[in-house]
Amino acid sequence: MNVKEVVKQKELFTGGHRACAGCGAAIVARQVLMAAGPNTVVVSATGCLEVVSTIFPYTAWNVPFLHSAFENSGATICGVEALYKSWMRQGKYNKKVNFIAFGGDGGTYDIGLQSLSGAMERGHNILYVCYNNEAYMNTGVQRSGATPMGADTTTAPAGKVRQGKEQFRKDLTEIMVAHKIPYVAQAVVGNWRDLTSKVEKALAIEGPKFINVLQPCRLGWSYKPETTCEIGRLAAETCVWPLYEVTNGVYKISKPREKKPVLEWLQQQGRFRHLSKPENKPILDAIQANIDSNWQTLLAKEPPQAPKQP
Amino acid sequence: MAKQDIVARTGNEAMAEAMRQINPDVVAAYPITPATEVVQIFASYVADGLVDTEFVPVESEHSAMSACIGSSAAGGRVMTGTSSQGLALMAEMVYIAAGLRLPIILADVNRALSSPINIHCDHSDTMMVRDSGWVQIFSENAQEAYDNMLQAVRIAETARIPVMVTTDGFIISHGMERIEILDDATAKAFVGVYKPKDYLLNFDRVLTLGAIDLQDYYFEHRMQLAEAMKNSKSVIMDVAKDYSKTAGRNYGLFELYKMEDAKFAIIAMGSTAGTTKFVIDGLRAKGLKVGLLKPRVFRPFPKDEIAAALKGLDAVAVMDRSDAVNGHEGPLAVEIKAALYDNGLNKPLINYIYGLGGREIKTEEIESIYSDLSEIAKGKKMDRVTYLGVRE
Amino acid sequence: MDIKKKEKPGWKTLPEFDVIVGGGTAKEFKTGDWRSERPIHIPEKCINCLTCFMYCPDSAVIVKDGKMMGFDYDYCKGCGICMHECPVKGKAIKMVSEKDAKKGCI
Repeated sequence: MNVKEVVKQKELFTGGHRACAGCGAAIVARQVLMAAGPNTVVVSATGCLEVVSTIFPYTAWNVPFLHSAFENSGATICGVEALYKSWMRQGKYNKKVNFIAFGGDGGTYDIGLQSLSGAMERGHNILYVCYNNEAYMNTGVQRSGATPMGADTTTAPAGKVRQGKEQFRKDLTEIMVAHKIPYVAQAVVGNWRDLTSKVEKALAIEGPKFINVLQPCRLGWSYKPETTCEIGRLAAETCVWPLYEVTNGVYKISKPREKKPVLEWLQQQGRFRHLSKPENKPILDAIQANIDSNWQTLLAKEPPQAPKQP
Repeated sequence: MAKQDIVARTGNEAMAEAMRQINPDVVAAYPITPATEVVQIFASYVADGLVDTEFVPVESEHSAMSACIGSSAAGGRVMTGTSSQGLALMAEMVYIAAGLRLPIILADVNRALSSPINIHCDHSDTMMVRDSGWVQIFSENAQEAYDNMLQAVRIAETARIPVMVTTDGFIISHGMERIEILDDATAKAFVGVYKPKDYLLNFDRVLTLGAIDLQDYYFEHRMQLAEAMKNSKSVIMDVAKDYSKTAGRNYGLFELYKMEDAKFAIIAMGSTAGTTKFVIDGLRAKGLKVGLLKPRVFRPFPKDEIAAALKGLDAVAVMDRSDAVNGHEGPLAVEIKAALYDNGLNKPLINYIYGLGGREIKTEEIESIYSDLSEIAKGKKMDRVTYLGVRE
Repeated sequence: MDIKKKEKPGWKTLPEFDVIVGGGTAKEFKTGDWRSERPIHIPEKCINCLTCFMYCPDSAVIVKDGKMMGFDYDYCKGCGICMHECPVKGKAIKMVSEKDAKKGCI
């Protein structure tokens, strides 16, 4: 995506929305639309992105936008795309349009999993972007299936006898790969080239596509807002959130130049503050071990690189 | 009036036939007994290339209505079908469809709501969503199911309110009847072409649909829906008038059967109205002045018109095929009582809750209602509600 | 519908149903007063990489003819991402307190 061209176009996600200062979700929406362009219909699940951007009569969207409910942006975008297919077939319409659904981890991993799965299985020509801030942020930071182990949330808080979430998070990206859709990817806020190129790549492919974007949330994760992008990049560098894509089942993984210890990532965020207590060292160790094990498993999925010629 | 074919169709087949002639842009549906055939038959039309419809075999009823909302918002003519638990699962989206003012058509085959799970006919499912903001039309038989589906499209698109056309599960949905259907061209001309002013695929007029309303706008938007529901009454009548010219069959907000000089009347919806007509014919032959008022449109409720039709009666029985579980009566009885009260009429009224979970209603039982009414008119006291046909 | 009007429209004048016609009407809502700090552009140091433009969550970076021109203070919430992401050594953006900025002592 050529930045010099993008800056000439009108903003498809304007200012004036009510997201927190430094909100990663707003960055995701802007960058995805920069890559997708104006011929895009967006459906969003209920959640931070939808609420901050469409408070009647204000809308930050400069593309056609529909919100229906929380758990169904997968099904709703399928309806829009089905109508488009119907009209194209009947000769009633003739224009190339992108169909993009946004959902938070709440509306995607948990309550929205069914409608997402159905949408992917039916093969609709849609892109689903999950802006994953690892908790139900819009309702006040409750734990979700995407919340990492050890994180403090309001429904799995760190207290005197419990130390935050006790389960490791769901691997939704791999669930999507198991749906055998043509394109699945992970991206972060903080690497715009990676995210926008993945969006462009996805939109050029016919069929259902899924991109899981780790989105730091300054409120829920508790950090200084200016470091939103830095924390996103750190997630990739520590392999907490590897950047990779799976195109027709073939894995391509971006390996960090130097794999950093997860402690560097955890220390930046207030939601992990309790883990610095000496008695919580076993949890830190478990987190690092889990990341290392997942990283090795992921690396093994990549086809072996051809050996370099001598 | 157009030439029509006489065919044998079950209720489900009749509705599927209407859908074929309507040829909607999208049908998104999930199977549930006893509604399954409607979309199953329609899917075979799709497979045979008889329709242009994009058929979306969604993975749940909630997704069915969600996809319908997406398609309708995008600008298409959209239909679906379900019953009971399916309607319950999509209830959230049913309300949302009305709030978003999308002209979606739902073929609702009446089936009891769980628990206990039961696949047979009663009206509890339709009654569950009576406050959702949808127009609700009850069909007595397969002919009405067919006719109502065609009219529903025009009603929905003119009033900008979604419409559900109901038929009684198994009794009508699976019962074979002789019906008359319009030829394809006439049916197509009757429903016309859907031309929404605003739709998502219109990039010249970019829309945001489904914004959050804070305290400052929700009430106004809901007021608009309330007004539209009120105004839909005249839309329903206009469409019925037009349909009468096309098909020669008359429809209104309700039907009066032998009410001109009736002293005792039953108010009943759906297939039971048909059974009651048979009972009335028998009793009339014996000289009893009995009649039937069959509400066709339950939402919007034609309160004043019905009250006017009840003026001359000595006693009224309201038959409810569902229970409002308020400790007193069923939903239709609540509406009728309000209608009488608001029109200054104080008629002796007994509510009969019957047929729950597909319990058969027998002609003798309906006859007993009429004899109850004549006793009441003579001064006998009865409980305000009788659960008719239940074993003690 | 003129949403700048002080008095909000009633149900009779409001366009039918929960639809907003016309994109980007959020621009009528100025979020600039949320700030406690504001970014200041230092053009001499700026290399026009447009990284700040790419990352601003509020589309508050003004670019003209491929050049970074400054900030749209109507919307800027003062999050500081632009400054933090600026790749230039010594930064081409600095954050100053809103109070000071308003007083004119930048």
